[in-house]
Amino acid sequence: MTGGMPIGDDDLHGYVDQRLTPERMAAVEAYIATHPDAAAQVLQYREQRDALRSALQHKYDEPVPVRLRVAGIQAERRRRWRRSLGRVAAAGLWLLIGAAGGWIANEELTATPPVRVAASSALPANAVAQEALTAHRIFAAEVRHPVEVDVTQEKHLVEWLSKRLARPLRVPDLSAQGYRLMGGRLLPASAGPAAQFMYDDGTGRRLTVYLTAEDGGETSFRYVQDGELGGFYWRDAGFGYAVLAQADRRDLLATAEAIYRQTDDTVPVSGR
Amino acid sequence: MNETAALIEPHIPALRRYAFALIRDDASADDLVQDCLERAVSRWHLRRGGDVRAWLFTILHNLFVSQRRQTLRRGPHRTLEDVEHETGIPSAQEHAVIHRDMLRALATLPEEQQSVLLLIGVEDLSYAEAAGIVGVPVGTIMSRLSRGRNRLRRLLNGGPVDEERTTSERSSTLRRIK
Repeated sequence: MTGGMPIGDDDLHGYVDQRLTPERMAAVEAYIATHPDAAAQVLQYREQRDALRSALQHKYDEPVPVRLRVAGIQAERRRRWRRSLGRVAAAGLWLLIGAAGGWIANEELTATPPVRVAASSALPANAVAQEALTAHRIFAAEVRHPVEVDVTQEKHLVEWLSKRLARPLRVPDLSAQGYRLMGGRLLPASAGPAAQFMYDDGTGRRLTVYLTAEDGGETSFRYVQDGELGGFYWRDAGFGYAVLAQADRRDLLATAEAIYRQTDDTVPVSGR
Repeated sequence: MNETAALIEPHIPALRRYAFALIRDDASADDLVQDCLERAVSRWHLRRGGDVRAWLFTILHNLFVSQRRQTLRRGPHRTLEDVEHETGIPSAQEHAVIHRDMLRALATLPEEQQSVLLLIGVEDLSYAEAAGIVGVPVGTIMSRLSRGRNRLRRLLNGGPVDEERTTSERSSTLRRIK
């Protein structure tokens, strides 16, 4: 044996598997020539390897099953991909149908009280409606002080509130709808002062008209309901309006229309 | 035939052979190969150059290991009789008996040793390639190869196989021959 690294078990395997450098191969060869045990070991490794190979050869030679054809696997993959694409497309279609349905339904529903065409729908009016509802609940229940200034001082009431809202307003006359004015009050609202007029129908039912100074376009009537209390709100001619009562929707709409007509009339008067 | 198929197809017989040697059931082995091919096709664009064969064997080996991990609820001991019972390799022809003995003997080795013996001895992969496929250092491959071959040698010589206990890395794959 020549010098260098002593022969190890790894060398014997490397020799069997022919993974050694030519020099090392030669070194191992020289070693096993003089070491019968190592030679026997190498021989057995080799036999073992060959036996294992031939034991599995039949599997290697077998025709490849159709299901393992790459082209078939690729096609299946594309098919699945298309199918899932189809599903996504279907989902998109349903979404579109839903959106269209929602849009149409919205058009239909908001068109129900189509007193006039809404010029703007971006109204903070819903907030106004909520404040009007709250104000109604607080003061309509008030027995001794339902109003701040009563109907006997109607002129003062109108002037005062017009001043505070910084624009001329007029108290709607709702006698045709069966409501008699009780008076009104000034209220704080989120966007500034608000005016509330209170009416009574003679049976104890109370109706309030709530006004805030609102610049911006007109809106159509919108209905709001909270429990038994309902009403319409809209925006017109520099005011946000809400009319509320425990009454049915049709009566409330008639009242709202009456208010709208009257306030429309006031416009030329405003320069008085 | 497209490029992907042209590069993969030539290795399918070897993949089937390796899978069969480890699983010893035709249908299950082909299932594993099919999983491997599906994965190879879907991850083809992620392949970074290199040898397609080694890449395919890596996928196959990983699938086998993870599948085994899920099903390995059997006891740690397996005897020749157990293996014989499991394999059911046909024994009609004379030479088939030898083959059957060989595969049965292989089956009694820890799986990690079986893999190395197959990848190097049968599939003719280099030690470095085998290390890459199995995901261990080359030194570990060498020691598994050495242990596996010596064990198999004693087994086929009919000698006492196991007084030297296999220091298996995972106790779940530790097996002894009674």
